[in-house]
Amino acid sequence: MKATLAKTKKNTSSPILTTADIDHIAKLANVPVSKEQAIELTEQVGETVEYVSKLGALPTENVVETAQVTGLENVLREDEIDTTRMFTQEEALKNAKRTYNGFFMVDAVLEEK
Amino acid sequence: MNSDLSIRDIAKKLRSKEFSSYDLTRECYDLIEKVEPKIHAFITLVDKKDALARARKIDEHMTQSPLAGIPYVMKDAYLTRGVRTTAASKILDDFIAPYSATVHKKLEDAGAILIGKMNMDAWGHGASTENTDYGPSKNPWDLTRSAGGSGGGPAAAVAARLSVFGIGEDTGGSIRNPAAWNNITAMKVTYGRVSRYGAIAYASSLDTVGPTAKTAEDCAFVLEAIAGHDPYDATSSKQPVPNYTKELEKSIKGKRIAFPTEFYGEALDPEINAAITKAREVFVSLGATVTDVSLPMLEYGVPVYYILAPSETSSNLGRYDGVRYGYGRNLFTKENKRRIMTGTYALSSGYYDAYYKKALKVRSLFIEEYQKLLVNYDAILSPVTPIMPSKFGELLNDPMKNMMADLYTVIVNIVGLPALSLPCGFGKGGLPIGMQLVGSMFSESSLFSLGHAYQKVTDWHMQLPQVLK
Repeated sequence: MKATLAKTKKNTSSPILTTADIDHIAKLANVPVSKEQAIELTEQVGETVEYVSKLGALPTENVVETAQVTGLENVLREDEIDTTRMFTQEEALKNAKRTYNGFFMVDAVLEEK
Repeated sequence: MNSDLSIRDIAKKLRSKEFSSYDLTRECYDLIEKVEPKIHAFITLVDKKDALARARKIDEHMTQSPLAGIPYVMKDAYLTRGVRTTAASKILDDFIAPYSATVHKKLEDAGAILIGKMNMDAWGHGASTENTDYGPSKNPWDLTRSAGGSGGGPAAAVAARLSVFGIGEDTGGSIRNPAAWNNITAMKVTYGRVSRYGAIAYASSLDTVGPTAKTAEDCAFVLEAIAGHDPYDATSSKQPVPNYTKELEKSIKGKRIAFPTEFYGEALDPEINAAITKAREVFVSLGATVTDVSLPMLEYGVPVYYILAPSETSSNLGRYDGVRYGYGRNLFTKENKRRIMTGTYALSSGYYDAYYKKALKVRSLFIEEYQKLLVNYDAILSPVTPIMPSKFGELLNDPMKNMMADLYTVIVNIVGLPALSLPCGFGKGGLPIGMQLVGSMFSESSLFSLGHAYQKVTDWHMQLPQVLK
């Protein structure tokens, strides 16, 4: 159980998280975080995580998880194209900041050799 | 001030031509010009010319809908084709949606007139509308205090009569908290009662779309227009939509109301405690029974919510990559980052079971606890917020306090239940106090009749805020 380990982890700013943890989470979340922010977030996210850890006190061995409350399952529709909901290319691109020849532009993912 | 009238009266007067939709809409814009600079409820004001032109058209072709020709506002969390949608974040500063949310489309079809997209905490993250990139909304009852959140903008506008009604989005209290702090009435609907299609997602398993207005009756009119199944939202319910406005007048004699004693402990502001205790007596005088009960899991609501909501939001906000629309992720606010990071942590490998999965299990325990209680009761009488409207900076600078403001509201979303928030008194300095009636799944109709009966014998909801005096 990593989580139990995490709780006992000690560092200068928070008993739960380190700035290295925050840097790692920031990378996973794709959120840019400055050095100062990382220090603040270590404390604040740590505080939240510590607080929510109190759920650990509740016994839930035989409890089934609830992810949603509708009682609905596998809501499907016919695999048909609904032309009333189609965008024109112009509409689809209208809000993009970078376009090229009618396409969205994205940052390169692969590096050149 | 015709915007102070009920929807029922406005609908009547529009048809008897006592005044026109054009007059009413223009009156709202005149009031906005006077009051908006003081409260800052709007992010985007719909062009007056466009709104008036639409009002003229409705005047010429009045429809059957009771909402025809009535001006309204929406929290800026709904896509409105042709009108800017920001979610109060600079990431969407110039975003014009190419399609409309179902709730917007339904209201347009009903002939209602959209006049504004309203201020909120960015992406719904907050309880004070301070976490917005467009400057905080001020409480029309005390301009030094917050209008609540996350939907502080729509609530403040309805309270100040700048709009006849508003549409909010409630994930953990975002409709009810500002309703309580602005002295208006609002319905957080059963999960799935109103389509979420085109609503900017905060936490998808908790998000609900609902009305804010002056009275339970007005909310009933609006909900009747927006509720129902939508093929574009797979979680929307096929349960038939009751005739809420007809069922309003049903007697509440013999209705059973539960009063959870744990809710009225130390965490609750004594003024709020006193006001709701008085409201309890009113319900008894109306023929309902109010019984002390126990809901001991209260303290676990906030921890469950602050695992599930951040987890879901970290996933939902992943789509804002600045490629197809919007600007970059560097524009998330501190609070946005806190929630995204908390959620990412709770979902990350090694911690998933201890946090996310654990919270889902405790969610089941909550559902069981509430289902058991609601077999024997028609409603639970609960505070909305533990604290009176906060001073600016009080919640924004204290993440823990910010979380605790949600103490009484988040559980309702975790379980998926409907809850009607309504005014029940005033505290020191004339600050409004709200209470909520929580019912079983799809019991909106019964909650409306309880609220309506209460509002027929009280006049808290009719009081006008300081900013109009």
